[in-house]
Amino acid sequence: MTVAEQSFSGLLAEYEPVIGLEVHAQLLTRTKLFCSCPNRFGDPPNTNVCPVCLGLPGALPVLSREAVSLAMRAALATHCTVQEESIWARKNYFYPDLPKGYQISQYEKPLALEGWVEIPGEGGGTRRVRLQRIHMEEDAGKLLHEGFPWSAEKSGVDFNRGGVPLIEMVTHPDLRGPEDAFEYLSALKAILLYIEASDCNMEEGSLRCDANVSVRRRGAEAYGTRTEIKNLNSFRHVARALEHEIARQVAVIESGGEVVQETRLWNADRGETASMRSKEEAHDYRYFPEPDLPPLRVTAEWTEEVQHSLPELPPERRRRFTEEHGLPDYDAGVLTQSRAVADYFESVARETGDAKAASNWVMNDVLRKLKEDDADIAECRVTPESLGRLVKLIEGGTISGKIAKDVFEKMWTSGEGPQAIVEREGLVQLSDEDALQATVAEVLEASPDQVAAYRGGKKAAIGWFVGQVMKKTGGKANPRVVNTLLKKALDS
Amino acid sequence: MSPVLTDLTAAEIRRRVASREASCEELIRAHLDRLAAVEPAIGALLVTLEDRALDRARAQDRALAAGAEAGPLAGVPVVVKDLLNITGLATTCGSRILEGYRPPFTATAVARLEDAGAIVIGKANMDEFAMGSSTERSGFRPTRNPWDPTRVPGGSSGGSAAAVAAHMAPMALGSDTGGSIRQPAAFCGVVGLKPSYGRVSRYGLVAFASSLDQVGPLARTVDDIARVATVLCGQDPRDSTSAALDVPDFAAAVAREPEGLRIGVPWAVLEGVETETLARFREALGSLEAAGASVVEVELPHLPHAVATYYIVATAEASSNLARYDGVRYGHRAPGIIDLEEMYGRTRDEGFGPEVKRRVILGTFVLSSGYYDAYYLRAQKVRTLIRRDFERAFESCDAVATPTTPTAAFRMGEKTADPLQMYLEDIFTVPANLAGIPGLSLPCGLAGGLPVGLQLLGRPFDEETLLHCGAVFQRVTRHHELTPPEPSSTGQQA
Repeated sequence: MTVAEQSFSGLLAEYEPVIGLEVHAQLLTRTKLFCSCPNRFGDPPNTNVCPVCLGLPGALPVLSREAVSLAMRAALATHCTVQEESIWARKNYFYPDLPKGYQISQYEKPLALEGWVEIPGEGGGTRRVRLQRIHMEEDAGKLLHEGFPWSAEKSGVDFNRGGVPLIEMVTHPDLRGPEDAFEYLSALKAILLYIEASDCNMEEGSLRCDANVSVRRRGAEAYGTRTEIKNLNSFRHVARALEHEIARQVAVIESGGEVVQETRLWNADRGETASMRSKEEAHDYRYFPEPDLPPLRVTAEWTEEVQHSLPELPPERRRRFTEEHGLPDYDAGVLTQSRAVADYFESVARETGDAKAASNWVMNDVLRKLKEDDADIAECRVTPESLGRLVKLIEGGTISGKIAKDVFEKMWTSGEGPQAIVEREGLVQLSDEDALQATVAEVLEASPDQVAAYRGGKKAAIGWFVGQVMKKTGGKANPRVVNTLLKKALDS
Repeated sequence: MSPVLTDLTAAEIRRRVASREASCEELIRAHLDRLAAVEPAIGALLVTLEDRALDRARAQDRALAAGAEAGPLAGVPVVVKDLLNITGLATTCGSRILEGYRPPFTATAVARLEDAGAIVIGKANMDEFAMGSSTERSGFRPTRNPWDPTRVPGGSSGGSAAAVAAHMAPMALGSDTGGSIRQPAAFCGVVGLKPSYGRVSRYGLVAFASSLDQVGPLARTVDDIARVATVLCGQDPRDSTSAALDVPDFAAAVAREPEGLRIGVPWAVLEGVETETLARFREALGSLEAAGASVVEVELPHLPHAVATYYIVATAEASSNLARYDGVRYGHRAPGIIDLEEMYGRTRDEGFGPEVKRRVILGTFVLSSGYYDAYYLRAQKVRTLIRRDFERAFESCDAVATPTTPTAAFRMGEKTADPLQMYLEDIFTVPANLAGIPGLSLPCGLAGGLPVGLQLLGRPFDEETLLHCGAVFQRVTRHHELTPPEPSSTGQQA
């Protein structure tokens, strides 16, 4: 534990942080929220634009039902109640990335209200972080300050992102520390990925987070004055920024001062938050109902249809993995982080009939290789079926566990099935006692000193003999059989 | 039949084109010649689209010669208010702030007219961003009333109304947010229809107040209005507020007899109407009664609050709609400024005229934190009450009648110094926009030598009854045949 960490846990003994998070997630729609431009990251600037998302005079928004359906998925997956009627509102402010001078959002009547997300609780249990609301809105464009020949003199704006559908998910102040915030974000991300509502890519900005933070003395009922922290663009930053802000607020109070209600910006390079604007300087967004769009009405049938289309969600799946597959909770947690990984694991488990072996291979080998290659499981060349066959080759005694690791490496690069590799490279495990007997005899004959030592009581030397036999057989000998043969020969 | 092509109605032009008695080119040329002769004295247009119009006329003639069917508005010259987009053509909204801006798309309303064979010959002057009742608030120049060049043509569609009155074109498109079609129609002695909210697509109409704006036609006869409305109306998937309702053949409604028509008159609110204007109104009611309609009294108790309500709702929406003119992407940008806030401020200060600034400031205020409930929210509630007033009135009548305006056209400069006086011009027209109902203004004679209008208001989406009633009126009266004096007799104006 570093000094900083010690002092942080020290101040947590006296003060309790109270945190609420606002998460913006871009929806994985084909088109933007109010026009048919593609919703696609990474294209050349201003190529996915039209009169509507550029806010040209006379252009009008037309709502994408696809976006509403995805937002409803997110709402239902977090146990929120989708409202029969929600109202679009204009949030007015001037900024060059906002082409209409207002953002179409939802204000007084959002899409969905009151739900929860489950996070790990004390003693292996779970705890609910309550959601206040989920509303839909359009994203703004993006200012380009560098990378262009003219960047020294002026900035540009890329409107490709302008009009991309977002949901904003707002929690109640239920989080009690950076750890909680991390757990909540992980759980929320897993859900959004599962239901394929968002790709949750923080680097590309498809998941963004703002935090409301206050501290109070342990035992106090009333909340302290809160600050809003913006610009938290990775999970690590969220935890660091919260830690910093909590410590800052405690320091202010300890020195007899008062926390000021304000918006603060997280500076990742400097590792601190700095005041951005005070309460008095806060924008007056002059929200009012968007006259260009009728209220959004969601029928009971529509909600039901979306509800039925939801997959099994991470918490349920995690529970099922421990109960049905008998996995340790840790394994179940890791494997259910992503739906594709969980699906992959279940296919391997089905193939082998050995869930623990499947879990070990997926966690220790597949996930490790993916991380090394910085790849996604969808790109994995080892199909769950062939990984299952590999496991069965070990269990059937055809190859050794050690050889299997090599075979896996080869499968990883070539995409071939295990059988083909094992056969071509002659990796079939030698389990035939008669065939191995000769090698065992050879080894014993060549090492009279070690034989004498073993027989003189140094029983641990058996391992050395096994190693010699394995070496002579190129690792293909079945170690269990070799062990038996050696013992028989040495102990007789 | 009059030998002068520019005196023809749209219906007659279409008939001649369809029967090949006249070519589109010949018709367009006649109107362009007329335009060249009278426009200098009136100033109805911001731009004349001579080449484009002639090209299209010739193309249509070739298509007709090749056997193509004549569209319902084949060969009809039309003037379009300059807040309706046409691809590649400057669309100024009467504002300096849109300097150099050329839209990459055409408004649905214009596209429908062009698809029906109409040919746009010019874009009409207007009060900047449709904010005004006199066309004196154009960022470029005022338009004069063809009946008297010292008087305003009304506004904000003053250019459209003046062009039709001066026979530059038999029809024009305008937009009506609080009376901007009906009031200039009345002042210039032509017919103007504000359709029900949601009847005509707003796609491509540059927004002033989105919940009130409607595109509509101006023409010299109800029959022409019915023909163009049939083309213009109908749902547009690009405007989410356009109504999913079938559009009747309005021209058929025009032919019906008036039996059983009940006209409701809110006598209690007509107190302030100028004497001669009120006299023409009473005579108009008499003509309708003589034709078989009955007149009943109705009450519109919340009407006195309509103007205040309107100026809160309209300015609130306008303050937001006009935020996009910030100098960042198109139009005017104040030059040589580094600071962003300063660039916004200077650009908008230089680009907007005083009336637009006044309304943007007012709208910003009524939406601001702490005032929203007292102004905007309250105005929305009164708006609901006004809508209910009409619902109740339409239980006992089929159309509500009022004078379109309390007076005939006022003198240029007469009301520019007193914005409140100018706003009161809208007393009879704004209720229709607040309630979303259709309104029709018909010429009903002269007051002090100037035209005044009879306004008919109908149930939501019941344009049919208004057109029916208006057609009956024009069958039994000849007010619509009155023409303004030729501009040459009053001399050319600077």
